[in-house]
Amino acid sequence: MDDPHLQPLAKNPKRMEAIAALSMVVGMAGFVAFIFAYWVNASTQWEALTLGIGMAGLGAGTIAWGKYLMPPGPFVEERHDFHSTDDERTAMNAAITGRGGIEVKRRKMLLGIFAVGGGIMTLALLIPGVRSLGPKPAKSEDTQGSTEDSLFTTNWKKGSKLVTVGGRPVKVDDLDVGGVLTVFPQGFEGSSPDQVILLRLADLGPNDPPYPLSSPGRTEWGVQGYVAYSKLCTHLGCPVGLYQQKTQQLVCPCHQSIFDVNAGCIPQFGPAPRPLPQLPITVDPTGQMRANGSFDQAVGPGFWERP
Amino acid sequence: MIDKTLNWFDDRLGTAKGGRSFLDKIFPDHWSFMLGEIALYSFIILLGTGVFLTLYYVPSAHEIVYHGSYVPLRGQNVSEAYGSTVGLSFDVRSGLLMRQAHHWAADIFLGAIAVHMARVFFTGAFRKPREFNWIVGVIMLILGILNGFLGYSLPDDLVSGTGIRIAFSIVESIPVVGSYLAFFLFGGNFPGSGVIIPRFYVIHVLIIPAILVGLLAAHLGLLIKQKHTQFPGKGRTEKNVVGSPMFPNFIAKTTGFLFMSFAVIFLLGGFAQINAIWQFGQYQPFQISYAVQPDWYMGWLDGAARIMPAWEWVGWGHTIPLEIFLPAVIFPGLIFNILIVWPFIESIWTKDHEYHNLLDRPRDRPKRTAAGAAMLTLLFGVFFASSTDVMANFFQLPLMDVLWFFRFFVPLAPIVAYFLTFKICNEMRVAEGIGKRKRALIVERSTEGEYTTTEAPVRPGDGHEEIDAIPVPTFIDTTDPSLATAAGVRRVIR
Ligand code: HEM
Ligand code: FES
Repeated sequence: MDDPHLQPLAKNPKRMEAIAALSMVVGMAGFVAFIFAYWVNASTQWEALTLGIGMAGLGAGTIAWGKYLMPPGPFVEERHDFHSTDDERTAMNAAITGRGGIEVKRRKMLLGIFAVGGGIMTLALLIPGVRSLGPKPAKSEDTQGSTEDSLFTTNWKKGSKLVTVGGRPVKVDDLDVGGVLTVFPQGFEGSSPDQVILLRLADLGPNDPPYPLSSPGRTEWGVQGYVAYSKLCTHLGCPVGLYQQKTQQLVCPCHQSIFDVNAGCIPQFGPAPRPLPQLPITVDPTGQMRANGSFDQAVGPGFWERP
Repeated sequence: MIDKTLNWFDDRLGTAKGGRSFLDKIFPDHWSFMLGEIALYSFIILLGTGVFLTLYYVPSAHEIVYHGSYVPLRGQNVSEAYGSTVGLSFDVRSGLLMRQAHHWAADIFLGAIAVHMARVFFTGAFRKPREFNWIVGVIMLILGILNGFLGYSLPDDLVSGTGIRIAFSIVESIPVVGSYLAFFLFGGNFPGSGVIIPRFYVIHVLIIPAILVGLLAAHLGLLIKQKHTQFPGKGRTEKNVVGSPMFPNFIAKTTGFLFMSFAVIFLLGGFAQINAIWQFGQYQPFQISYAVQPDWYMGWLDGAARIMPAWEWVGWGHTIPLEIFLPAVIFPGLIFNILIVWPFIESIWTKDHEYHNLLDRPRDRPKRTAAGAAMLTLLFGVFFASSTDVMANFFQLPLMDVLWFFRFFVPLAPIVAYFLTFKICNEMRVAEGIGKRKRALIVERSTEGEYTTTEAPVRPGDGHEEIDAIPVPTFIDTTDPSLATAAGVRRVIR
């Protein structure tokens, strides 16, 4: 008698066997071709193709063997309960609450000391494990710190020369109206917290009033049509890199916060909560642009210690 | 010979008893059980290609001058991390294939986990006694997402550096301890003291993979101990499993499938360019490129950050950046926690504390299915919200309108999805013959003018009568007379 559980699924097992064998042989050829492709330093595509043929060939053949030639079943297996018998449970519970439990209960003090000791050990090991990792952040604005251990400081000081990332000093006639430039305090080129975007919004001479389109009280913070803002987005700290001259907007490419250049870079739209901090700037008699002070607040995203 | 070896082992380890039941373990035959296998096999690729990458990748922010064979970059200052990744792509033979296969495997790994989880969820496979395995799975998903992020941070290119910057800001946003955590992690204020790449590196290549291997062992161990679930069907009960045995059928099919998965991943790795870091350039904290999206499994977090209103809380001398903290910390935290506790919520809610080895059809559990649909809608909503800029460009709409659309769509669509799914499930439940091919109705008119309607016979193939399952036999049928006396062979005479 032919038990259908044990008969191959394939109508013609001989043929299926040939197909599976062929597929595996193609796979083998693929692998050999891969070795050859590597040998002659062929392109990545050839490597992938040969390897892919190798694996797919071998794989398809094996699947065909398993699916169509092996006894297909269906077979059945009984399940057994996972839980133990009631007696076993009782014995286990007794071991915990009885044998061991009574001993533990009898020596409450020892248990307590053990627990506290373990806790202290964990703490003792955690301290170097965590504390060695990095400096503590400086607590507040008036802490003198470097930009490395303070979120409040930047390297901008009154008189810092504005330079490009390559270190070239920026002169007052470097930008046309509508021009933008990323600048740094001299000596800190490329530094993340110090990045500032310098914009020329109007063509004003040395005797004209400073550019007026800043937030109230800050009209003196620009000079000769120039204004400068921290380039760190107040949302998540991406560089606010896109200046749209037509609409006078700075756009952050990360989550599309938009800052209004004509109104002190207040956020008009998007998730950024605060205006970009403004850097007061001035021009010295040689035409060199300089910072006229530092930022009046921490740059970049918000954090707990920020007032 | 083989017998002797097996007995040698059994004398020392007692392998025969457990081994036999392991080899006889029954795997239900249903395509949806392959999803987990895809995840497993792409993980194997990740391990293999990953080890290859470690041999050439240099986890260091130290600056060097690039001298490799990629001409546009020659003479430029790059970090060793970036330079060595470009080197992997152009100067290490087969390096680009391995790098891209690693990246594709990561995307497929997480995709397979997500779909696998959806099938476990919608069929109720997480119910007692399999809550542990559900939790292990969710933890593997979280670690996988994390490791993917760490991995694509390693090349130190412009896109990944931007991601690291955002990660710093997210950590920084945690109330009270955020700035401490961020400083400890990065060794100082961003970009830190050059430690972040080596730190990400050990976590990426050692710590998380080691944990994942452990969890995977637990996942599969539990699977073997608790046995598979199965869909209801002929002869299938809560007390048995019907399907093919581990050896040889399942081993053959799954090994073949393993090779097929490998083939797909390596073909993608060779033909579908992914993360062309040489085009992005070295990360510079003041540079950014336009319209870059993170890998797909990070998109949902990016989208949530985008549509969040700018609700920074300021008071008592402190700031809580809710516009970051809520979407980037609380939101994923909530999602993962809901996933972890779901089996318990459901069993308390339904007061169902029984063992369940038979799977549900999703439509038979309208509330669960609707809740799952709502969750998926939410996640897809935020995922698509991560391309607001691309959509605005594509549909020629103002960015602002697209953003406002998503601000409403993301919270509201899941509610609609819930009720819609609920209704559809309920209607499908009462409808007869859903999922089966319709049979034609034959209307006949008798000579008296009377009309009768009869159903056409079942089409061949649709009837699909399954035979009864039998226990796994120790023998195999053969007509080959030379094998007639071999052990385990039952001779068949035709
Ligand atoms: C859950 C597991 C893993 C995931 C999701 C994952 C993901 C990733 C991703 C997306 C990348 C970026 C690749 C690119 O350059 O485009 C990467 C890079 C890398 N991975 Fe993994 N990986 C995993 C496991 C491993 C393991 C186990 C190792 C080593 C033993 C490893 C070693 C590396 C190395 C050295 C790099 C940097 C080289 C490069 O970027 O090309 N990974 N990983
Ligand atoms: S970082 Fe600028 S909008 Fe998010």
